[in-house]
Amino acid sequence: MSNVVRERHSLMFRPRSYMAFAIAPQPPIVDWLSALDASLGRSESFFAGQHVALDLSAVNLSSNAIGQLVANLEERNIRVLGIEGVDPAKWQPGLPPVLRSDRVLRISEPVQLIAPAAPTPEAVRPPPQKQQPASLMIEDPVRSGQSVVFMEGDVTILGSVGSGAEIVAGGSIHVYGALRGRALAGATGDGRARIFCHRVEAELLAIDSYYRTADEIDDSMRSRPAQAWLEGETLQISTMN
Amino acid sequence: MAQVLVVTSGKGGVGKTTSTAALGAALAHDGAKVVVIDFDVGLRNLDLVLGAERRVVFDLINVINGVAKLPQALIRDKRLETLHLLPASQTRDKDALTEDGVAKIIDELREKFDWIICDSPAGIERGATLAMRYADTAIIVTNPEVSSVRDSDRIIGLLDSKTAKAERGERVDKHILITRYHSSRAARGEMLSINDVLEILSTPLLGIIPESQEVLRASNVGSPVTLNNPLSAPARAYFDAARRLKGEHVAMVVPSETRGILNKLFSRKAA
Repeated sequence: MSNVVRERHSLMFRPRSYMAFAIAPQPPIVDWLSALDASLGRSESFFAGQHVALDLSAVNLSSNAIGQLVANLEERNIRVLGIEGVDPAKWQPGLPPVLRSDRVLRISEPVQLIAPAAPTPEAVRPPPQKQQPASLMIEDPVRSGQSVVFMEGDVTILGSVGSGAEIVAGGSIHVYGALRGRALAGATGDGRARIFCHRVEAELLAIDSYYRTADEIDDSMRSRPAQAWLEGETLQISTMN
Repeated sequence: MAQVLVVTSGKGGVGKTTSTAALGAALAHDGAKVVVIDFDVGLRNLDLVLGAERRVVFDLINVINGVAKLPQALIRDKRLETLHLLPASQTRDKDALTEDGVAKIIDELREKFDWIICDSPAGIERGATLAMRYADTAIIVTNPEVSSVRDSDRIIGLLDSKTAKAERGERVDKHILITRYHSSRAARGEMLSINDVLEILSTPLLGIIPESQEVLRASNVGSPVTLNNPLSAPARAYFDAARRLKGEHVAMVVPSETRGILNKLFSRKAA
């Protein structure tokens, strides 16, 4: 996940649901794996890039055996996102997290792995839900040492961004207080992103991968409302009043 | 209802220990029961500033390890009978502090005292995070210069995320205490102004302690400045800050130079 907000608990919770295939091994595991290999032989890239949950309710495995099974699946390019149907006490570091199955949205029709008209991964994805505009609003000042990373879109900060703090956004960055730290907009390669702030005292401004340090920001701009944008390969800064 | 205070700053040498002692004595002066805890394990100082260094038997780490009971480790001040010290260990390091041990001590102290003041070590490591861990209120000691202010900003971020209160979704009350304020240097622009500091930290002000020889003089004789010379400018500023902590409304006075006319004439001649 690219959405990381360090040291700010109030910002961390962003519920989100993902589509995942649940695969449920049957005992004996060795036979089940060879059956899986046979299926994969016919549809090699079926699991490529897919989220896969491992449903262990049909088998009774020790922690080590679970680890072994996850490794076996990884050898087949099946990356396990989480495990379910297992006693959480069996979990140990290194294993994928235990999923709470009461929260799993079950889709009644199992997807056929080898049906002639095998549904392509795209076909089984849920219809796109109403898109929420991707933006992150932070009402408190961002303090020195804190880092706000939001690759999905714009970041709006109502307070100030302290010296030594850092804002990284996939889209534009708006700061309604003083910007004294670092602001990196368009971090996913979006050259159209901009940075707006009420007072520019930034240590570094960057858009896409083009940047300017405080030294290269004209002193006449200092402490004034400003915006930064990209013109070709040059980061431009101008005051806004 | 006991209040747990942490006196913290991030940066070293800004006056945390001096302020802990001065505020502790000011609060105890009115009869409130106060305990000050030194969290600077390995580099303890609070015992010296309170003049209790010759009476330390057991310390914070002894209590955490179960070697001593809490009442055995508490040292009562000789001048103010409601002021107590829980000293740090000088022979151990911060790794000897445990979260559970600190929690137990704070809970036990909450039963007996009105104010529990935790003197944080500098830095943002174990000692500092455990000192702030169970605080209800934080006093961030800041000098009016950029490195101190940035470190304070960092500490405020930690207070908003790493304390038990923050993890429960509540907020630690935060106050800035500006120390070593020098009015003439601020006027000449050699120091950040009070407004600059408050604007950068966007946190309310608890008090402004002027730079003064009295502070050093008091430390050297092992007495909080509020006891050693209660009428001096820094002591009065600490008394005002203590009253604000208790919720009283006290007008904020920006300290100005209090020099006699002879002094002024003399300095003009010299200049």
